[in-house]
Amino acid sequence: MSTLPASERIEIIHHKDRPTIYDYIPMLFDEFCEMHGDRLYGDDHAIIGGIANFRGIPITVIAQVKGRNLEENKRANFAMPHPEGYRKALRLAKQAEKFKRPVVCFIDTPGAFCGVAAEERGQGEAIARNLLEFSRLKTPIISIVLGEGGSGGALALGVCDELAMLENAVYSVISPRGFASILWKDASREKEAADRLRITAEDLLELGVSDATIEEPAGGAHNNPQQTAENISEYLYGALQKIMKKEVAILLDSRYNKFRKIGQFEEA
Amino acid sequence: MLEDLFKVVKFRAENDTRAEKKNKVNIPRDLLFQCPRCGNAMFMDDFVGAAKVCSNCGYHSRLTAKERLDMTIDKGTFVEYDASMTSKNPIDFEGYEQKIAQLQEKTGLRDAILTGECNIRNKHCVIAVMDSHFMMASMGSVVGEKLARAFERATEKRLPIIVFSASGGARMQEGIVSLMQMAKTSAAVARHSDAGLLYITVLTDPTTGGVTASFASLGDIIIAEPKVLIGFAGRRVIEDTIRQRLPDDFQSAEFLLEHGFVDMIVERKNIRRTLSRLIRLHTKEANR
Ligand SMILES: [Zn+2]
Repeated sequence: MSTLPASERIEIIHHKDRPTIYDYIPMLFDEFCEMHGDRLYGDDHAIIGGIANFRGIPITVIAQVKGRNLEENKRANFAMPHPEGYRKALRLAKQAEKFKRPVVCFIDTPGAFCGVAAEERGQGEAIARNLLEFSRLKTPIISIVLGEGGSGGALALGVCDELAMLENAVYSVISPRGFASILWKDASREKEAADRLRITAEDLLELGVSDATIEEPAGGAHNNPQQTAENISEYLYGALQKIMKKEVAILLDSRYNKFRKIGQFEEA
Repeated sequence: MLEDLFKVVKFRAENDTRAEKKNKVNIPRDLLFQCPRCGNAMFMDDFVGAAKVCSNCGYHSRLTAKERLDMTIDKGTFVEYDASMTSKNPIDFEGYEQKIAQLQEKTGLRDAILTGECNIRNKHCVIAVMDSHFMMASMGSVVGEKLARAFERATEKRLPIIVFSASGGARMQEGIVSLMQMAKTSAAVARHSDAGLLYITVLTDPTTGGVTASFASLGDIIIAEPKVLIGFAGRRVIEDTIRQRLPDDFQSAEFLLEHGFVDMIVERKNIRRTLSRLIRLHTKEANR
């Protein structure tokens, strides 16, 4: 496993050939049937969702979309969802619950979009609603961070029974640049912030946020996307086998406790 | 995003100074209140006498948690939960312990929230009040844990819960641990809700970032004080993105009401009565 500092991993996940969800879908699933729209406002291309056939198991897939070129990126708003993206995710998750399909979320976003329309349509409410509803969704949920896990915009797809991170993925409350500029008043200390913030897969395992790390080929996923997809597939299959066996009541209790126990404080 | 919430606050402070220069009066600072919204100056005694509401524009200014309790609950009924809880330093952020210690000294609080049980016009409930004077009431381990426990106790005792929110967002000094408090508190809200119990949020100045994106937006009933700032992203970040100035009422309580995210705007002097009435209407006997 990697011993690279966070700042170097960030370079890897920003590599222009880093595989995205569009690359992984055909490698991971035998079929994928995309569904559109939140039934309230529109269809956000920053989050895609649908039903996939994963080694014979029907699952609901919800994923944030990094584009592979400028055109794709514009269409997907550089993976920064609007409220309707989160509401589409919730709609598909509820559909999965109805048909007792597991939900698999792929996280890859710099964060929820910050803009006028997003505020008007309730970005905060949309994220909050997902946190609440995913916490009590009566079907297994697995979330995998493919690259960037940016703050609340990532967490809205991250309330799950098990969270896994690709080896070079990072997951953070704030971008290292934002951290440096706010807390040190010096955005140029971005790299140092990245290395201090504890945002790597190992850090998150240690802090009790992540449950598994998925290995990447030497140098990063772009050096061998097929191998990376196989590693994701192996992890996912194992995790589903384990989690799908659990009774719903037990599943919900352990999901509650997974988040309930995160926090570091002392009492007299 | 969460990161720019502190900029909002800073931006406000800059406005403060501008307003001050405009209406420069030779009176010591702490004897005067200068409204950050309209620049109106009030004598501190008058301002405090008016429950810290600007006499010119009606902006409901920030209160300490203690002031809020004093004007909201029945005298002498507050029984505090988890009074000694204090934060550790999950990502070993340099200077965090000292910062906490200084603020504890300065504010008399252990962290940015008080939780407990109380009566409001004889209605028993659980209450949580955030205090923006403590690190802009950012949510870290202590705020998250105290809220989760408050919801769990309210669920156990079958009590309604009232939360007065105010926050700059997640406490980034605690790294990813602070982000997870959003999930933890929202899950605790879900359990209280599943038990058929009432949760009222009162959004006060400022309610932003990770707090807007978690428990504060999840009340059965959402009340806001007039003119307060409520939003997810920081104003400055949005302005930088769209390269134009946003209207003054953007992300105000009134803006949220207009867009359907708040049930009602209630003036400070009427909040106590409104809360007791709503609690009463959620009991079997609506006349009592
Ligand atoms: Zn004013």
